[in-house]
Amino acid sequence: MNPTDLVDRASLRDDVPEFSPGDTLKVHVRVVEGNRERVQVFQGAVIRRQGGGVRETFTVRKVSFGVGVERTFPVHSPMIAKIERVTEGDVRRAKLYYLRDRIGKAAKIKEKRTLTR
Amino acid sequence: MATKAIVGEKVGMTQIWDEQQRVVPVTVVKVAPVRVVRVKTPEAEGYSALQVTYGMRRPNLLNKPEKGHYDKAGVDPGRRLVELRLEDTSGYEVGQEIDAGILEAGEKVDVTAISKGKGFAGGMKRHNFKGQGASHGNHKKHRAPGSIGGCATPARVFKGTRMAGRMGAARVTTLNLEVVAADPERELVLVKGAVPGPRGGLVLIRNAVKVSK
Repeated sequence: MNPTDLVDRASLRDDVPEFSPGDTLKVHVRVVEGNRERVQVFQGAVIRRQGGGVRETFTVRKVSFGVGVERTFPVHSPMIAKIERVTEGDVRRAKLYYLRDRIGKAAKIKEKRTLTR
Repeated sequence: MATKAIVGEKVGMTQIWDEQQRVVPVTVVKVAPVRVVRVKTPEAEGYSALQVTYGMRRPNLLNKPEKGHYDKAGVDPGRRLVELRLEDTSGYEVGQEIDAGILEAGEKVDVTAISKGKGFAGGMKRHNFKGQGASHGNHKKHRAPGSIGGCATPARVFKGTRMAGRMGAARVTTLNLEVVAADPERELVLVKGAVPGPRGGLVLIRNAVKVSK
């Protein structure tokens, strides 16, 4: 136990689903425009998850109009309304930086096949 | 001069989110209630200050003079005695308890502590010297300070010339830090930003004296 856990406990979220690099996520982000607040969805593949406790962050990459876009979120950020796992990826690395150099079909992540028997 | 002050123990750093959902780096300071052992006044001692103690210490570990000092005040012996210089001590009396409730969120404070010892440090680390080139034929002088003065005139090195030496383990005050939260029940104070000293070190918190209005 870290000495600062007493303070951190209040900022930790308990509604974070299980996900790991390679998974495709829908991240529902709260966006404040003036006084209005709406939810924007950022969908893409998780290419990195690093840190621990309140400091843990993950990076989601998507290709938008041919341009790669990466957004890094703190896992426990109150800015995130909801995290949805769309697919589970089958990858052999913890950090999927190799996706940045690939385009089209080569940048596809295999979907994890789970035994159904 | 400060109008209020308290003693704490640095717990460590972490981060929290503010109401705009931005990350705020905070230092957690454990501020247990302190007990006033002696009130110093300008009439008696020539300056005003509070002598306080915090925590608990087994009475059999005290020597006779210490025991007498605590007995006279009628206060349970604490870990150590700390003096808090204040503008005015007339509102305080011996035996009174002061807790983290004297601080409130949003207030500016100054935090004093003994900084981490860095040992014998060179000019680059100690005084932010630039050092010398990494290449262009430099030989074994990459972090050297360079010239430290003249030659035949003045034929000596001026006093106070910045050189390598012991660094850290000195009393350092960080000014105008913001109190993010003060919780007397959990005995915690959260201060925005970094605070000098190691985790577990003694920390003095007082309200900011150089705050601009």
